[in-house]
Amino acid sequence: MEMELDPDEVFRDDEDDPEAEAVRESASTKELSVYLVDASPRMFLAQSPSGHDKDESYFHVAINCVVASLKTQIINRSYDEVAICFFNTREKKNLQGSDGVFVFDVGDRESLDRPTARLIKELSCLEETFAKEIGSQYGIVAGSRENSLYNALWVAQALLRKGSAKTADKRLLLFTNEDDPFGKMKGAYKADMTRTTLQRGKDAQDLGISIELFPLIQPNIEFDVSLFYADLIGIEDDDIAQFISGVGERFEDMKYQLRKRMFKKRIVRRLTFSIVNGLSIEVNTYALVRPLVPGSVVWLDSVTNQPLKIERSFICADTGALVQEPTKRFFPYKNMNIKFSVEELADIKRVSNDQLRLLGFKPLSCLKDYHNLRPSTFIFPTDQELIGSTTIFIALHRSMLRLQRFAVAYYGISSHPRLVALIAQDEIKDVGVQVEPPGMHMIYLPYADDVRHIEELHLSPKTLAHQASEEQINRAAALMKRMDLKDFSVCQLGNPALQRHYGILQALALEEDDLPEIKDETNPDEEGLSQPGVVKVIEQFKHSIYGDRYESSRSASDEKRSEASKKRKANAENALKECENYDWAELASSGKLMSLTVADLKCYLMARGLPLSGKKEDLIGRIKMDLRK
Amino acid sequence: MARNKEALVVLLDVGPSMHHILPDVEKICSILAQKKLIYSKYDEVGVVLFGTEETENEVAKEVGGYGHVFVLRNIKVVDGDLVEALKKLPRGTFCGDFLDAIVVGMDMLIKKYGLTNKGKKRMCLITDGCSEIKDSHEGSKEDQVNIIAEQFTRYGLKLECIVFRGSLRPDANETVMAENDRILNVFPKKTYAKTIYVENPTSLLGAIKTRNIFPVTIFRGDLEISPQLKIKVWVYKKSSEEKFPTLKKYSDKAPQTDKFATHEVKVDYEYKNHENSIKYVPPDQRIKGYQYGPQVVPISSDEWDAVKFKPDKGVKLLGFSDASNIMRHHYMKDVNIFVAEPGDIGATLAVSALARAMKEMDKVAILRCVWRQGQGNVVIGALTPNLSDNDLVADSFFFNILPFAEDIREFTFPSFSNLPASVQPDDDQQLATDNFVQMLDLGPSNNQQEELLPDFTPNPVLERFYNCLELKAQNPDAMVPPLDKTIRRITEPDAELFARNKSIVDAFRRRFEVKPNPKLKKSSKRLGQEKPSGSDDEKVLHDFPTLNVIDTTGIKTAAQVEKIGDLTPIQDFEALISRRDSPEWVNKAIKEMSNKIYDLIEDSYRGDNYPKALELLEALRRGCILEQEPKQFNDFMRLLCGFCKKNDLQSFCDLLASKGFSLISKTEAADSDASDEEARIFLIKEPESE
Repeated sequence: MEMELDPDEVFRDDEDDPEAEAVRESASTKELSVYLVDASPRMFLAQSPSGHDKDESYFHVAINCVVASLKTQIINRSYDEVAICFFNTREKKNLQGSDGVFVFDVGDRESLDRPTARLIKELSCLEETFAKEIGSQYGIVAGSRENSLYNALWVAQALLRKGSAKTADKRLLLFTNEDDPFGKMKGAYKADMTRTTLQRGKDAQDLGISIELFPLIQPNIEFDVSLFYADLIGIEDDDIAQFISGVGERFEDMKYQLRKRMFKKRIVRRLTFSIVNGLSIEVNTYALVRPLVPGSVVWLDSVTNQPLKIERSFICADTGALVQEPTKRFFPYKNMNIKFSVEELADIKRVSNDQLRLLGFKPLSCLKDYHNLRPSTFIFPTDQELIGSTTIFIALHRSMLRLQRFAVAYYGISSHPRLVALIAQDEIKDVGVQVEPPGMHMIYLPYADDVRHIEELHLSPKTLAHQASEEQINRAAALMKRMDLKDFSVCQLGNPALQRHYGILQALALEEDDLPEIKDETNPDEEGLSQPGVVKVIEQFKHSIYGDRYESSRSASDEKRSEASKKRKANAENALKECENYDWAELASSGKLMSLTVADLKCYLMARGLPLSGKKEDLIGRIKMDLRK
Repeated sequence: MARNKEALVVLLDVGPSMHHILPDVEKICSILAQKKLIYSKYDEVGVVLFGTEETENEVAKEVGGYGHVFVLRNIKVVDGDLVEALKKLPRGTFCGDFLDAIVVGMDMLIKKYGLTNKGKKRMCLITDGCSEIKDSHEGSKEDQVNIIAEQFTRYGLKLECIVFRGSLRPDANETVMAENDRILNVFPKKTYAKTIYVENPTSLLGAIKTRNIFPVTIFRGDLEISPQLKIKVWVYKKSSEEKFPTLKKYSDKAPQTDKFATHEVKVDYEYKNHENSIKYVPPDQRIKGYQYGPQVVPISSDEWDAVKFKPDKGVKLLGFSDASNIMRHHYMKDVNIFVAEPGDIGATLAVSALARAMKEMDKVAILRCVWRQGQGNVVIGALTPNLSDNDLVADSFFFNILPFAEDIREFTFPSFSNLPASVQPDDDQQLATDNFVQMLDLGPSNNQQEELLPDFTPNPVLERFYNCLELKAQNPDAMVPPLDKTIRRITEPDAELFARNKSIVDAFRRRFEVKPNPKLKKSSKRLGQEKPSGSDDEKVLHDFPTLNVIDTTGIKTAAQVEKIGDLTPIQDFEALISRRDSPEWVNKAIKEMSNKIYDLIEDSYRGDNYPKALELLEALRRGCILEQEPKQFNDFMRLLCGFCKKNDLQSFCDLLASKGFSLISKTEAADSDASDEEARIFLIKEPESE
């Protein structure tokens, strides 16, 4: 099987790695979402206060969730388009003129459009004006033919008419705390309304719109999906229990759920994984961990603030002629320029015919902490093209977990061929929510020349290296027990630089004067460190290691450094004295500087605190410059 | 002279027992020389062979003895001849005495440099350690080794012994080998030396560092446990990827006769306003814009510097955590190593105590690090113990960077246990797999070293590059050589290992069946093709009904679009042109779209179809830019305008001109045949010509 030749990929460096890119989405894979928020009076009831949570209304929680989600979207997927739509409202605002539905919008933004700073800002303080401008009202009341939920679905579907289903994902995210919207209706009315609403939902789904439900749950009161919503969103009986267990009770859970579901799984690559000769399976790779960096910078004209176009041209250094991008590269070697064509370089990099080839297995203990180069890639099987792939993958996965082994494989893609370790990861769940998905993690292994032997760098054959005594180790262990971060997880800490970056941008985008204060969560817990118990174990450990010499040992090494600076100071003083021996202005004007030695010249420069580098001419030039001042 | 200049003497055993491995020794040594030629051209190298027929060394001349040690090359600056010489080593006829060779090499280094260049004088010995060491006249072999080791320490010499122990020859003398091993292992205990055993040629290629990188600290300062306790540490890189060399772009514009031509190509970037594409915008009129949603926020670098996140330099402990809380797959980058500040006994002890306690309690330390003042961000990472088993080497820590909350994508995947029974492996299959995983073992065992140990595995791509470079230096037209046999062990499974476990592999093979999905149309994507991220067929992939996530998008795997209909021509066109299963779809899409546009204009009554046609034309233009087919579009535009003129439909061209419609220019698609200016004025000038 031949791989496609991609000349660009050959010269691509890390920064352009498609796997790194996968994190930030582009316009071509955008999603269109409508946040459909129930605004019935029931949503404005206060949530029964649990613990120290503040008394917040359901509506407040829903809005907060949407705002948090929009903030993530504007950073990660700013090409996504969103609309905010309330139903069960007093006022109506929608193109269809349907009652009880209000499409919220700001400025000249279209109803379904990319999220803007202003939209987020106004939405987050919408509650203050909500009662006055939009108003809450039960839209489905006994005896009326109005059906606000039906209307809402209809409006949302109309909003999502934009763009073809083939190029964009379309979603409808429904927030409500009413599990039985037609509960107040009776008999034929109820049946009829339920039927037409479900039909509307089905029509939307037939058009490629997915409907997702975010029920706002009250402690001790069940949100019964089976009453109505199971049919609307299409979950089977068996899964209802699972659905409910996946829904959190607290606001934080809801935010987490939304965040988890907001990002659609994106496949980075589909790979053939060759297990043994003649037996290959199919797997998909995903980028579950990639550093998120601030978005790209564009150059603007400082007068008009309009984006500039960057034009790249290639110029022959010898003739100055404008040339097409050359297809040949060269490398100086043995006084020659060795030429390679782009194809040859690609050829060199193509060391394997397989995309992923199993080489064998090793015990997990063979994978050392320093066997790492870049973020891992996640692998999950698929039977899309090769039926039977999943079965083999699961069997390998189970065996590897049971036998505590990882697989060694060769990852032969042309952009970045590498030896890799595949670690089987068992599924981890926490109260019904998946924390770690089942699958394998691909770890990129270093080669011999990528590993440095720093440990041996400072060994001295004359003395043995100092190794801690039993007592010292015990003191260290006691310290560790006191300074334990309970349940530490990498998800806890936000990136302070990134938060500040976007905090500033948001403020500037909204033309706010005050820049936001961003709390840096990565600082040590100073309060915890000053607890007497902690201070005591630290002092004990310190004493076991340094005895009473801690201060003196520190000042000793500082002294070493200050010795160097003392010497420098002495030199400067000396230079000052030396340079007083000459009348520099006189020497310069009579052109006799050339007759002095370099050392003499340097004395002047040193005394004046000027750079000492360069040839004699440079030194003289510098002195003349200085004298002219 | 370069500050980090190294002097190296290679001691190579070329005796009869080494002959089978010498081709690999030649490979590794010539690559070593090649890399020195490229990256450290002031380094000096000498070559000493032992086990040769002849004797040629100064020690033999001065004091006698030291037979069969042959100085192939005295210590001098690396050159092309060295690469040549190492590529074809002579085969020796005697059993070599490596201790003699070490003495000869040491003598060469001491004579040339004396006490200077401490720590930058190195000897590298490659032997199989199978030949007997002669007894010394004075004292035991141990005494002799001790004397040599003392000299090493005194003169700051380093010794690296690589002992090749492949499959044993039947005549191998195990007593001699054990004796030799004992001697070779004395060095690391006494002086700057290490001894490495390798068991296969592939590891041999990886056992020698082919490129000397002078280690530089990335941080020197305090590891702050608390404000009261600060430990002095130095931080280095422990692993760092050696990148593929950067090649310059080659220009052949210089005349052949120009001997001093650089052949380099400069890349020039110029900034232009969109609308006025003739004028360049000088640097002082440019400002950086940061994207926030659809808005671009202009901020000057000064302003940005004033407000951006500026953490203070320092390495601080946040606390300790159970090692199980840190997932291996969360390690983000290459790895750092923390060592105690050299010479600081307190720091060495503190690091040792913490590392050993961490190991005992299975803990890691979580740190917040800012290596340099002015660094744009902090890193959070985990410190793990790296305990030393050599008395001369101190304990240290490894440090791995961990992700921030923002760096993690929490996708939900189906539980394996929830997948349908039809894809679950049965007991027999599981058993076969267990055997398979167990037998295909590359780990260490009683009689075997770990295979493909990263530390001893050479980089196949770089190996091949340097190989090819040397070939091309001799013959510029040389083809890229096939992957070396020894290197192929890294990219392909070990045939011998598979053959040895044939029954188990076969049993595994028999238990499973993989067949192509019959439901998939032939035309659909070929498996195995590399696919960039974000391609549109990702959305079509739906592996299994996900049970714990409610997801209704699965229904839109609608039939693929085959032609452009009348109802939704733009959508159809977009779907068609982005089909990847055959390159023909692009042409078909463009052709059909062109015909649609002709039809619309032709059937137009007083321009009533013009807006529609314009819409389609816009879509076609977009598509052609996206698919890099500017020529097709521009040709079509030229034809269309001609067609309009002939058929009295000039009004359509006027409409296009008024809308600012243009050809696809070079800036929009590199392959375009129209310059920016040409594209812009195309419609404006066209009607006036003829």
